[in-house]
Amino acid sequence: MALLEVKNLSTVFKTDHGKVQAVRDVSFHVDEGEVLGIVGESGSGKSQTMYSIIGLLADNGVIESGEIIFDGENISPNHFGSKKKYEQKMLDIRGNKMAMIFQDPMTFLNPVLRIETQLIEPLMNHTKMTKKEARERALELMRLVGIPSPEKRIKQYPFEFSGGMRQRIVIAIALTCNPKLIIADEPTTALDVTIQAQVLELIDDLRRETNAAVIMITHDLGVVAKLCDRVMIMYGGKLVEEGSDKDIFYNPKHEYTKGLLNCIANPEDDSDKPLEPIAGSPPDLLNPPKGCPFVDRCESAMKVCKEYMPETTDFGGVHKCRCWLNHPMAKKGD
Amino acid sequence: MEDKKVILKVTNLKTHFDVTKGLFAKKQIVKAVDDVSFDVYENETFGLVGESGCGKTTLGRTIVKLYDPVSGSIEFEGKDIANIKGAELKAFRKDMQMIFQDPYASLNPRMTVGEIIKEPMVIHNIYNTDAEREARVVELLKIVGLKPDHIRRYPSEFSGGQRQRIGIARALAVNPKFIVCDEPISALDVSIQAQVINLLKDIQKEMGISYLFIAHDLSMVKHISDRIGVMYLGHMMELGPSNDVYKRPLHPYTVALLSAIPISDPDIAKRKQRIILEGEIPSPINPPTGCPFSTRCAKATDRCKREVPQPVQVGNRLVSCFLYEK
Repeated sequence: MALLEVKNLSTVFKTDHGKVQAVRDVSFHVDEGEVLGIVGESGSGKSQTMYSIIGLLADNGVIESGEIIFDGENISPNHFGSKKKYEQKMLDIRGNKMAMIFQDPMTFLNPVLRIETQLIEPLMNHTKMTKKEARERALELMRLVGIPSPEKRIKQYPFEFSGGMRQRIVIAIALTCNPKLIIADEPTTALDVTIQAQVLELIDDLRRETNAAVIMITHDLGVVAKLCDRVMIMYGGKLVEEGSDKDIFYNPKHEYTKGLLNCIANPEDDSDKPLEPIAGSPPDLLNPPKGCPFVDRCESAMKVCKEYMPETTDFGGVHKCRCWLNHPMAKKGD
Repeated sequence: MEDKKVILKVTNLKTHFDVTKGLFAKKQIVKAVDDVSFDVYENETFGLVGESGCGKTTLGRTIVKLYDPVSGSIEFEGKDIANIKGAELKAFRKDMQMIFQDPYASLNPRMTVGEIIKEPMVIHNIYNTDAEREARVVELLKIVGLKPDHIRRYPSEFSGGQRQRIGIARALAVNPKFIVCDEPISALDVSIQAQVINLLKDIQKEMGISYLFIAHDLSMVKHISDRIGVMYLGHMMELGPSNDVYKRPLHPYTVALLSAIPISDPDIAKRKQRIILEGEIPSPINPPTGCPFSTRCAKATDRCKREVPQPVQVGNRLVSCFLYEK
């Protein structure tokens, strides 16, 4: 059974200019122990999908419809009678069975609290451990994420750590209660490549050791290729393609996925051939297009693409795509 | 490459910052750029890579004279500009422009696009009448792929990629010979990055401008650059043609840096063994004695910890490492 099942999730943000439809009818699942990558550019809805699940939407964000089943329990806000009951439930789950790693460790960590306090807090909240036991566990976690001389470091404040070390602390905090699902929101974007390599390696080792599932939100296809078993491509608030890492990289079906793969420089390629960028820019989600969100930038767009959202085409295995070009009725061009 | 004309010659350049806190405290100096030498040829793109804090941005800013060097020389078209001031500096800036990293912070939100692009022409007295300048702005907007009617709009009405295009148009307004691009694409989405890279390449082909391209995205730097320099803690570790440096890195730091690039191919990426560097970059206030990389280098010897290696010529490359000394 899937650990997390999301059905027809739609999230909007109410602004002065109208409703921003950030997540539009997204369905997916995460299995136990797998790493799922979510790729998309800024404004594609990848982060907001995850914030909807973990209950961290901004105040003006509302889940309009959809169902979220986590570990056999329905945790969609609409399922609870009141907002208070939902918040109560999420306080219990967050940092416990479901944890999050954020992009910028400095804004996540409290600058005026010692690392010790911040590591112990989730343990004191979610388990019956005594302070002494919690401290032992905290030291063990610091060793696990590779922080040298933890006995000394645990007494320090976040500013005394470097960027890579801070991100290790954030990961340690996420791991405190042995979560079943870790949502990582661009965990290495703020880091240098050599430090990024260390942190990615750490996440990969840890999920093997703890068998936690990881959802990796990123725009870096290199990170996806390195870490993920399965990949989802989001565009304009919609899920446009999903499949195994090999499906997506070697056999992409959606025009956006193809475009994305074409516009990254391959360092193995010495030829001087220019990159093939995708012309134009992403749609405005205040007034999202009626049909396929990619229609204005797609070179193979047809009339139908403007009017109707494409149906899902199943390519077998876990590979699915929403593009009219894959429809059996579509004209097979060159 | 030998027959090409050198446009920029940087020799033993040092840019230091005094970060002493308090009146009687011990003097603390950050050696952001320490003894760096390199040439850039005409119509060439020279890529500068390294991790944060390695001094690549400081080096770029010293070259456009936003910072003053402590010692060393910067020769631009045969003339030392390291210590010029006043009218001379103004004339130099007409030839050397800069494109900044953050397209949100580098455009004045209260000026229209037309005013932003026109400003350098006004400062440098390039055209006599406003109508001529306006015509040139329209031309520049077309070159960078924006529409002429964008001229009356404000930066807030544009996306990140479009703003970076405005920044490029502003840099081109004075017909420079050299542009320092300081991480011009790192704030942009992948699909937009490629647009800007292609634009920069097209402009170079058409106008023959030289670029100093600073970035930490190694794949993009390799794609756009003819030659690259790898920096670490204020020092130039390796310098050579980009394809060669990438294919066969010589300096142990370059080897480690390149092995850390995530490759967008699941088969290669999941098989690839990284050379994981232990630890992090030392503080530039207290850099290690000897080779700056010696604290993290697997091949370091006692000598590396005592002496600073000087660049040695290995084929078409310069490498600052004792391993390559004859």
